[in-house]
Amino acid sequence: MNAMNSEGYTTADGRKIGGVMMEMKNITLRFGGVKAITDISFDIREGEIRAIIGPNGAGKSSMLNVISGFYVPQEGEVWFHGQRRAPMKPYEVAQQGIARTFQNIALFEGMSVLDNIMTGRLTLMKTGLFQQAMWWGRAQKEETAHREKVEKVIDFLEIQDIRKTPVGRLPYGLKKRVELARALAAEPKLLLLDEPMAGMNVEEKEDMCRFILDVNDEFGTTIALIEHDMGVVMDLSDRVVVMDYGKKIGDGTPDEVRNNQDVINAYLGVAHD
Amino acid sequence: MAATDGEVGHPTSIPALLARNARVYAAQPAWREKEFGIWQVWTWAEGAAEIRAIALGLMALGLERGDHVAVIGRNRPALYWSMIAAQMCGAVPVPLYQDATGDEMTYVLDHCGARFVVCGDQEQADKVIEVQERLHHIDQVVYVDKRGMRKYDHSRMNALADVVAEGKAAHNRFDAELDARIAELNYDSTCVMLYTSGTTGKPKGVVLSNRNIIETSKSSAGFDKLRAGDDVLAYLPMAWVGDFIFSVGQAIWTGFCVNCPESAATMMTDLREIGPTYFFAPPRVFEGQLTQVMIRMEDAGRVKKAMFDHYMKVARRVGPDILDGKQVSLGDRLAYWIGDKLVYGPLKNTLGFSRVRVGYTAGEAIGPEIFDFYRSLGINLKQLYGQTEASVFITQQPDGQVRSDTVGVPSPGVEVRIAENGEVFYRGPGTFVAYYKNAESTASTKDAEGWVATGDAGFFEEKTGHLRIIDRAKDVGKMADGRLFAPKYVENKLKFYPSILEAVVFGNGRDRCTAFINIDLTAVGNWAERNNIAYSSYQELAGHPRVYDMIKAHVEEVNRSVAEDPMLAGCQIHRFLILHKELDADDGEMTRTRKVRRKVIEDKFADLIAALYDGRDSVYTETEVTYEDGRKGAIKATLKLMDVAVAPDASRRVAA
Repeated sequence: MNAMNSEGYTTADGRKIGGVMMEMKNITLRFGGVKAITDISFDIREGEIRAIIGPNGAGKSSMLNVISGFYVPQEGEVWFHGQRRAPMKPYEVAQQGIARTFQNIALFEGMSVLDNIMTGRLTLMKTGLFQQAMWWGRAQKEETAHREKVEKVIDFLEIQDIRKTPVGRLPYGLKKRVELARALAAEPKLLLLDEPMAGMNVEEKEDMCRFILDVNDEFGTTIALIEHDMGVVMDLSDRVVVMDYGKKIGDGTPDEVRNNQDVINAYLGVAHD
Repeated sequence: MAATDGEVGHPTSIPALLARNARVYAAQPAWREKEFGIWQVWTWAEGAAEIRAIALGLMALGLERGDHVAVIGRNRPALYWSMIAAQMCGAVPVPLYQDATGDEMTYVLDHCGARFVVCGDQEQADKVIEVQERLHHIDQVVYVDKRGMRKYDHSRMNALADVVAEGKAAHNRFDAELDARIAELNYDSTCVMLYTSGTTGKPKGVVLSNRNIIETSKSSAGFDKLRAGDDVLAYLPMAWVGDFIFSVGQAIWTGFCVNCPESAATMMTDLREIGPTYFFAPPRVFEGQLTQVMIRMEDAGRVKKAMFDHYMKVARRVGPDILDGKQVSLGDRLAYWIGDKLVYGPLKNTLGFSRVRVGYTAGEAIGPEIFDFYRSLGINLKQLYGQTEASVFITQQPDGQVRSDTVGVPSPGVEVRIAENGEVFYRGPGTFVAYYKNAESTASTKDAEGWVATGDAGFFEEKTGHLRIIDRAKDVGKMADGRLFAPKYVENKLKFYPSILEAVVFGNGRDRCTAFINIDLTAVGNWAERNNIAYSSYQELAGHPRVYDMIKAHVEEVNRSVAEDPMLAGCQIHRFLILHKELDADDGEMTRTRKVRRKVIEDKFADLIAALYDGRDSVYTETEVTYEDGRKGAIKATLKLMDVAVAPDASRRVAA
């Protein structure tokens, strides 16, 4: 990797990565007496694919929840676009341009794929409840415009054939894709993916990888993801943060991380005397 | 501008016909494509403008007369336009099968020496780039869908949208030259080159002239009274001659509208939305739809099921006669009318056949039950017999003379004769010019008088003058005791059972016939579910004793039916096995158009065939399979072999 500075860097495959988008400064998160995250700092840059990895219980999901603003850390600061972030409501997070998917799929099972993805655009809708209920004039025009955006996402993720299918009838791999579609419909600047490939077979994983890369390439979306599958992470991401027992034990390009002794120990274990 | 030939009295090239349509049908829809959930429409005038812009852009990229332009991708207006644009430039479009593997594609691209390749999307572009490393004559790659293409080296690669923009910008520079090139086209210039799927050996490039395509389109459109305002769904491979005739030739001759589905997976939904008036499908599509309907009716409530059964009985009895305009009693007409309101109408609507005026099936034999099912609903489904070398049409069925076991009478302008050995020969205005760079094959297929050997064995029925096809001429053989061996005849009978997807019969030069069976996972899986049979894989289901029993019953029924024909009674199946994997084009066992490659199967499964003849009860085997991404793996299985009762053959004593 080229030398990194505040201006950004260029990746091995020639993508330009911008300046810092989000910075975590000395984050510590406690649940009662349990320290989930201890004094962690790292940054996420414009346009990069940033992975957070670590063994079970390392605090990865907690970290993602701090980024998304769902958890407020007891110590430390979160800086977003050069501003220190105050505690926020979920809709405020969404309005800032952050969208996410969940480890355990959180879709409306009884609704169609299309309706599920439309919910991703709720925060962008301007007309009020009454206007939408009457569905007349501005509300109607607005829905058409939103539907157009949603159709672009459907086309992008190649799920045209299940547009009208209720989500409950879909297999797991497709549900994951619909969740990604809903997050994309919000046109996020920063996309958080919580184990996007968990429970998938090889083919579904390959598809998902391609979609993640295409999202990053096509829309320039910055992506932060948590993943268990080391192979996937190393292929996909530009930089990787490694966590273990709530602490950061590595940070750098996939190659740097792969050769980091602490990381190897955490993953493979060390012999105790 | 139009190159009208005084002799024929109409434009004599596809681009000239396009110019005519842009004038005559200017504001009528010519192409539709579903994209972003909505049907996008282009009128003839708009489409013609797009095509001209593409042609100008291709000229700006340096496309020369006589160059070959390969086109690869799913059916999209942009790809049809690219083919016509290539013709305008004096080049020859060569559509390729989009699911072809790298090797197959390399052979064809090498053989035609393509300088330009137009790809649908990244998937196709990747394949071409891989081929480009070996074939240096590929100069320019153009792609339609921009997605994922940003990072590619664009020094010799362009998005079609950019080519169009460049063409529009440069029109002052190229207008005159383009008009000159269009004016040069005549009835004898090459219209398109299509590669045959090749059940044997390497694919051959069939050169078809404007005369072939336009004459064929003219007479076949007249035969079925096609007209502007008709709608077709373009969903079959663009590399297949049928699609070129329907979606380019006939469409541009009559001015009807070509509709492209959103994706392969949405084809059925799109079919329903468009409701084509003119529809073509290979038998397997009709079979698949019928299977779906039957599966859903099995799960329907008792009242609905009873209503469906009752009115389908009425339809089977009087439907075909009503369709053919024969005399039917008033009571039956009334019953059919009620049935139409309650069952047939809604069913046709669900299937997308509400508006079908003319439907065709060809390529394989269609089961009589399936054929009659659609006709009894009032869908005018007919059969035709054709091949690439004939620009499709050799024989076809006129309205009112439709049967499932014939392929109709010779198409207008086509002469057909049967050789002494039973092989079918034809000649006509659609007869191809030559095989590209293969004078030897051309000479052995087409004689000096223009007669072309089809390679199929058949005969004309004396009473009706309809042609009946028995089998591939080279597959028709003799058994050890000299009796006729026609495998396809038996295989087709087997395949008419919904639970049998594919069958391969052996017996040439042997004393008795045996068969491989492929089960249909949808039908058998559903049957298993209803009968509480648990299974975890295709292989396990295929080997299940009760599945074997069911297939055995089918085979015995077929044997009884085969025994009725004294000429073919020797082809009864004595022993069979159910294969542990589906025969697949990726493994080379079938062609891309899903025709069985006998030789490959005989070599690959030699151990299984041996077991069918040596009396063992089971056989262990390992088979190599190729996954969709090209990787290889092996599956192991122990297969059961099962004996079948044979009906007594009246003409001769059964050997062994």
